[in-house]
Amino acid sequence: MRMWAQSHLCQKPQRVSSVLAAAFALIFLLLSASQSANALPAFARKYGLRCSACHESWPALNNFGLKFRDNGYQLMNERDAPIWQNPGYWPVTFRITPIWHRLSSLSQVDTYNSTTGAISGSVTQRISSTGFDLSGLDFHTGGTLEKNFSFYVLPSSDSTGAFHFESVNARVDNIAGSPWLNIRLGKFELNNLLSEKRTLWLTGNGGIYQTYHFIPVNDGNTFGQMGDNQLGMEYMGHSVDDRTRISAALLSSNDGSVGLITGANSYSGFFTFDQAFDAGKLGTERVGAYAFVGEAATYYLTSGGVPIPGSGIGNKGFSRVGFYGQFYLGPHFDLNVVTQHGSDNAYFGQGYGNAIASDGNGTATCTSTAGTTGCPLNNTPGQILPTGSRAPTWNGYTFEARYVYSPQLIFKAVYEAERMSQQANGSGYMGTGGPSPSNLGNINNYSIGYRYNPFMTSRAGFAYFGEFNLFQNAVGPLNSSNKATYQNTSELLFGMDFDF
Amino acid sequence: MRFISAILFTAILGFVFGTGFTARAFAQEAPDVGPKPPLVVKPMESHIGNITGHSADAKSDYRRYCAGCHGDYGDANGENAVWLDPKPRDFTIATFKCRSTLTGTLPTDEDLFNTIGRGLTNSNMPIWNTFTKQQRADLVAYIKIFSPRWEHEKAGEPIKIPAEPPVTVESISHGKALFTKLECWKCHGPHGEGDGPSASTLTDSKDNPIRPYNFAAGGSDSRFKCGNSNQDIYKIFMTGVDGTPMPSFADVIQPNDAWDLVHFLRTLQVNRHGKENEVLAAAHGVIPPYVEKSPAPAAAPADNKSPGGGH
Repeated sequence: MRMWAQSHLCQKPQRVSSVLAAAFALIFLLLSASQSANALPAFARKYGLRCSACHESWPALNNFGLKFRDNGYQLMNERDAPIWQNPGYWPVTFRITPIWHRLSSLSQVDTYNSTTGAISGSVTQRISSTGFDLSGLDFHTGGTLEKNFSFYVLPSSDSTGAFHFESVNARVDNIAGSPWLNIRLGKFELNNLLSEKRTLWLTGNGGIYQTYHFIPVNDGNTFGQMGDNQLGMEYMGHSVDDRTRISAALLSSNDGSVGLITGANSYSGFFTFDQAFDAGKLGTERVGAYAFVGEAATYYLTSGGVPIPGSGIGNKGFSRVGFYGQFYLGPHFDLNVVTQHGSDNAYFGQGYGNAIASDGNGTATCTSTAGTTGCPLNNTPGQILPTGSRAPTWNGYTFEARYVYSPQLIFKAVYEAERMSQQANGSGYMGTGGPSPSNLGNINNYSIGYRYNPFMTSRAGFAYFGEFNLFQNAVGPLNSSNKATYQNTSELLFGMDFDF
Repeated sequence: MRFISAILFTAILGFVFGTGFTARAFAQEAPDVGPKPPLVVKPMESHIGNITGHSADAKSDYRRYCAGCHGDYGDANGENAVWLDPKPRDFTIATFKCRSTLTGTLPTDEDLFNTIGRGLTNSNMPIWNTFTKQQRADLVAYIKIFSPRWEHEKAGEPIKIPAEPPVTVESISHGKALFTKLECWKCHGPHGEGDGPSASTLTDSKDNPIRPYNFAAGGSDSRFKCGNSNQDIYKIFMTGVDGTPMPSFADVIQPNDAWDLVHFLRTLQVNRHGKENEVLAAAHGVIPPYVEKSPAPAAAPADNKSPGGGH
């Protein structure tokens, strides 16, 4: 109670400062509303089209933009080859977003003995921080090397400037003159109809789709994350008008990590199909399905107790299958739906198989024994799973609604729900002897926001944006119904998104 | 004396009228200065089969997809227009290249509908086939708000396209003769490579430089501006490409002549796999000289071959 009082007293001035900071940020945004940015987005300036021609709101693609991408960044006119461009043309776009945000989450906070000054314990306390910040920096470069030969390279940094290769791929398009034959090799975003890499959201938890990344609590399978760019080879085909699309990708089960540091011989497959229909005044409706199935290692050979990078064996399976829907309800409103049923092998459910951590550039950071920081919890030959171990299964739902007031102003909202249908531990949860709480790890994720582009040209990309995200994760202490309580994390964010 | 008086009288008349005209020429009307008035979206319609397009419904799509080149006022003055070659269409003058109607007339709604969905090759006009039919119909209606012609004139009647006769060496040969006779080569070049002696001098109706079509470029997938089929090429001869130096030959050649010309032009697409090139290959790649048919007896039906004529 005393701690609550302390906390309450401490938070009052924080709230005042938060409100002041938010007000300052808003005034700053309003005052700068008449300014413009000179920008040269790579594709728009090549073809002389406004950003809005391909993007419902940058960077989310509309149907025309999707067709452009499926054609290998080509309009399929006679000017796709780079020979048609001025020699000074360099297909590169820089993107970084200065922001102000307020982050509020629960943390374990030390308490001190007032007499001795020593740490006496800890309490769960909400920490709210505000301040100006930066996103990472993206160098988007892509386009055609020759007609029907395209590429995309995206070195990307975090906000400290540490770089990795987010995307690197080359594609041979329209093989034998057919839009049904396109092959891509490298690291790329999976053919997700609701693209995470082109998301309109920038908050920490709202900027990714939870359905694409959900992993049960303590699960060791980090490989089946559809939202992450993956390393592999993709076949993609589509009709001339892009109404029908199919793809099949063979991927390394390493979640896009370079350096062959995980499984010795583990692969995944990602398969999609979608079909669009004209619905008169409503617009174009698109429905589809996907399946992500694969195997990943659960056991690493060791040397002196240290897991050997790249030696992963003992493959076990996982799957993610679901439905896509993109529904336009007139010229202003659209709803995107993604569902998922996920399942991991029981070994993953017990934490085996977690990848040897990498520094992002292919260097393994595991230098100690199994189970320590950066090292996977290693399975061992003849390992018997704990009694009651089961394959964790779950269902996920993502709903994203957009109201396009005009090509320059969009309002957006997301609701996501991740629900465990079978926990990995049928018994023995935290030494209780009972099963895991049925809702352990469940997620509710809410976001609302807007993006406003003060101008629209083919030479610039600039938007004022504001977002609020509330992320609820059932990982807290058990309540009286033996359910895990939800822990809330929220983020309020304003900023200027620009590319040039 | 009377002669001198007549000359003086004529000179005075000439001076009076001349100075009058000159003064009129110099007395320009004051332009309508100030910012452009807001665009009024007139309630125009289009009719494509059983779909009715409404201009009001295309306002947002026009801004999103079209205005960057064609301009908010449809005057081909979008922010990208200065960088484009060829320049975008100026909807305020309602002159359109791809029509099924005779030269000088307005196109049908379906002509514009098809142009949006097909795109215009060798230009920056993309293939907008991801739009729904309703979106395209609405955009056709929207295009009409920019020119008063759409309020006062009806679209022209689509021309009739007779059935295509078989491709023969003779038809190709006659087409070649017409290509020479009609001086098509002066712009399109002797081998159809768009490099005729007049090619570098050509301008469109707004004095922008314009290049004639290069038939030899591309392969089997090469496209023409107004469609890819033989019927589409036939249509070009008979309707002309308004706003460009490509005239209509409807008054100069007969339907069979046009088909022969189509067959010959297809052979200029040297990398294209098609029946015309197959026929030519069967003739060992040699087009025999065209032999004018002897004049028919007076009682016989008139030969439908054109007496010819240039442009």
